Amino acid sequence: MHTTANAQDRVNDFVLKLANVNGTGSASANTLLMKSMFRMGIPVMGKNYFPSNIQGLPTWYEIRVTREAYVARSGRIDIMVAMNAETYQRDVREVDPGGYLIYDSSWPRPTLLKRDDITILGVPLARMCNETFKGVRARILLKNIMYSGVLAALLEIDLDVMRALLAESYSSKKSLLDSNTQALEIGYNYAREHFPCPLPTRVARMDKTANHILIDGNTAAALGCLYAGATVGAWYPITPSTSVMDAFKSFCQKWRVDPETGKNNYLIVQAEDELAAIGAVIGASWNGARAFTPTSGPGISLMNEFIGLAYYAEIPAVLFDIQRVGPSTGMPTRTQQGDIMLAAYASHGDTRHVLLFPANPEECFHQAIDAFDLAERLQTPVFVLSDLDIGMNDWMCPVLDWDESYKPDRGKVLTKAQIENLPTKFHRYLDLDEDAIPYRTLPGVHPKGAYFTRGSGHNQYGGYTEDAAEYQIVLDRLRRKFERAKSLVPKALIDASGNQAAIVSVGSSDGAVREALDILKSRGVTLDYMRIRAFPFGPDVEKFLASHSLLFIVEQNRDAQLRSLLTLETPIEKHKLRSILHYSGLPISSSCIVDGVLAELGNEKRLVNSG
Amino acid sequence: MSFITKPKITHPGLPKNDIGLTRRDYEGGMSTLCAGCGHDSVTAAVIEAVWGLSIRPEQLAKLSGIGCSSKTTAYFDSGGHGFNGVHGRMPSIATGAAAANRDLYYVGISGDGDTLSIGFGQFAHAIRRNVNMLYLIENNGVYGLTKGQFSASADIGSKAKRGEENKQPPVDPVMTALMLGATFVARSFSGDKEQLVPLIKAGLRHNGFALIDVLSPCVTFNDHEGSTKSYEFVRDHYDEVVHADFVPPATEITAQYAEGHALPVTLHDGSRILLRKLDPSYDPTDRTRAIGYLREKLQQGEHVTGLIYVDQSSSDFHAVNNTTATPLNQMAYEKLTPGRKGMEKIMGRYR
Repeated sequence: MHTTANAQDRVNDFVLKLANVNGTGSASANTLLMKSMFRMGIPVMGKNYFPSNIQGLPTWYEIRVTREAYVARSGRIDIMVAMNAETYQRDVREVDPGGYLIYDSSWPRPTLLKRDDITILGVPLARMCNETFKGVRARILLKNIMYSGVLAALLEIDLDVMRALLAESYSSKKSLLDSNTQALEIGYNYAREHFPCPLPTRVARMDKTANHILIDGNTAAALGCLYAGATVGAWYPITPSTSVMDAFKSFCQKWRVDPETGKNNYLIVQAEDELAAIGAVIGASWNGARAFTPTSGPGISLMNEFIGLAYYAEIPAVLFDIQRVGPSTGMPTRTQQGDIMLAAYASHGDTRHVLLFPANPEECFHQAIDAFDLAERLQTPVFVLSDLDIGMNDWMCPVLDWDESYKPDRGKVLTKAQIENLPTKFHRYLDLDEDAIPYRTLPGVHPKGAYFTRGSGHNQYGGYTEDAAEYQIVLDRLRRKFERAKSLVPKALIDASGNQAAIVSVGSSDGAVREALDILKSRGVTLDYMRIRAFPFGPDVEKFLASHSLLFIVEQNRDAQLRSLLTLETPIEKHKLRSILHYSGLPISSSCIVDGVLAELGNEKRLVNSG
Repeated sequence: MSFITKPKITHPGLPKNDIGLTRRDYEGGMSTLCAGCGHDSVTAAVIEAVWGLSIRPEQLAKLSGIGCSSKTTAYFDSGGHGFNGVHGRMPSIATGAAAANRDLYYVGISGDGDTLSIGFGQFAHAIRRNVNMLYLIENNGVYGLTKGQFSASADIGSKAKRGEENKQPPVDPVMTALMLGATFVARSFSGDKEQLVPLIKAGLRHNGFALIDVLSPCVTFNDHEGSTKSYEFVRDHYDEVVHADFVPPATEITAQYAEGHALPVTLHDGSRILLRKLDPSYDPTDRTRAIGYLREKLQQGEHVTGLIYVDQSSSDFHAVNNTTATPLNQMAYEKLTPGRKGMEKIMGRYR
């Protein structure tokens, strides 16, 4: 065993990275490791870097153990479990000096071990699995559980917590529970016998995860759809949005089956493509059901024509765009915030759409509900712009609580009696209340409420028109309606203490920004912060922009899309804006922001109040 | 033009249906189509059928895509909601609408361009889902609004107005629907109201996707010599194989038919279609043989019309999805939310 002198004490503050081959069952071991530390009261963050593939390609899982409860990547690796021969060399290189590398020593790899600034720990995992277990598949799967046992000993993870988690997973499969527990213990005992356990880099019980859960954003969004009362979901499978509908379906199977009749109080349409998916959402919403579609960038591209129809004919629709790396097919299993401009102005002609930007699974839940309320209140498509990082990774969030007083805002829909008592004919697009929102009626309710929905030119009475003035009356009201949305969408979150310089970010960049702000403060640089949560931008956003002389716009795309949208939609002077951009496909790290801010401030020190 | 309101003139002597409405109560806006357009006859047939079935005007939802045919949903049943969507995408709107409210009658009106070119995929998948709707294609082999291009249903050798000959094989919606497992497949002709009206009635009452491909000549761009979709050509090459009479529930069948020539089919709601076979060897419940028969007649240049195939035993969209009887758009929120207690239970999984 090699040892290094500069190993630091990193109790509850380190990054563990697991390098595997996909399709070998490593996901359950990743979850086991992360959840066991979470149950020990220690804040953890998991990031999955996986290939667009079923089996045989490299996959990594990064667990950040963080006593400060940071949610972003830190940018360093302290412990690497290198189980993939193909990526071994690269994985060895990635470990920070003073760190540890654990590898399967069943087969010697002398030529690859060329670092003496890290500690290398060999465990004959394959050999021990082959000696203990029968069957090729079992041996491959249990190797993951065995290294989890090794890590339990090295990091001092409570073995009883791990055993309990295995018992929960295999409550109905005794033989699997036995073999998994055995593998765990073999790994644990091997490490105890051969290495000085625990390492200085290790965990210690805390009490910071009480009243918290580990949940991914797609599951939380699906839960939001369930609680919003959505009854129709239409979709076409696309990574990384698929698990939204998977989760919705499984929630519905539990909570939406009538106990007396066994019939479903929901209907999910797996459409032939995204065009049909949004078409079905529009048809269902037109008919008065709460309907949604989860998709990703390529799906939004396909849906553009229909989105324009819903905008112009004023039909509610809820879209979840779980953003992935573009352009084109891009990198389907990597994250980006690259659809901001696409969604804001989706479809031809003059169109502008309401966007919500959740930053974590908790907000995915709440904004899913907001999205349905806003879509029906404003009679327009609403986009929830999540991304792969939020959607598919497990995040530590406060336990979701449900306010029983919630009532869905179904917007201005006339009842049968209201239609019957109308003094005149029903006029679909008339601005009766002078709030730019007209009344609508649902099919089947009353013949007097019938009207003709069309994407072609129409006047405020709902009739077909090619008359310039009549057309413009409706189009101008749509602009006023969008203005009105400013007061209805979630407000920006602002942390301000009178600094002249500030950071502005959106969505999943938030975690890295918050950590960066702490790091910068420790270096004497204090900045204000605003996280935008919706488009159109409200007066709060404009005020914040106006009251700062230097603004760092942090976002995860190449073309500074949030910055573009801010310059287009607010009076902000361009020269005040600096972009910090990250678009590698991996979630943004705090160090990227710290470096970006400090580099810029080298030139602009005069603008910053030292905190 | 469609934005001109048609004056409503009611004559006290007009016949009323079972719910006290006259045919005028099922009319819509003034047609803006060319004088003599086949589509206007189809509109008239729809009005006759819906009136005859005593469907309340608001119980009918009218859906269409883009094109001359798609405009016609504005020309009937002004008491029912209409939705003129985007080109070729009516079937997905219909799917969503039907998902939200299973209690309405859905009639989708489309054209050969809307269905067989830009909307071919959506057409196919609405059939696969067996969405409970009547799907009418007003088929004239030509793009009218863009002034006379061939559509995907134009026959090989058929000539355009200026003499150009179509060289690509046509897509036959009837054959396509049969191949895809459609449960009600018919073809008719806009000029044959006697055949068309009972087919529309039966299609509306059919439990599942009902297709009627209506040959509906375009008087402006495709009614000349050399066209295979002209009034004259269709009349001359018209082979009705099974005539369907629609019989409402609890009505006695009084007409006399020669033995082996009549076949009653009971629909979901108890009404019946009485199929009068004009070719005694034909069996409209045998999909494979129906396809063979169509191919044979096609080689002879004949348009087979009538109720070509019907299957009352298959599961419709809602049966497949095991949807509750209450329309989803009418479910009380309390029935849809697991509430606070449910949330506590759900959270247990993520701790």
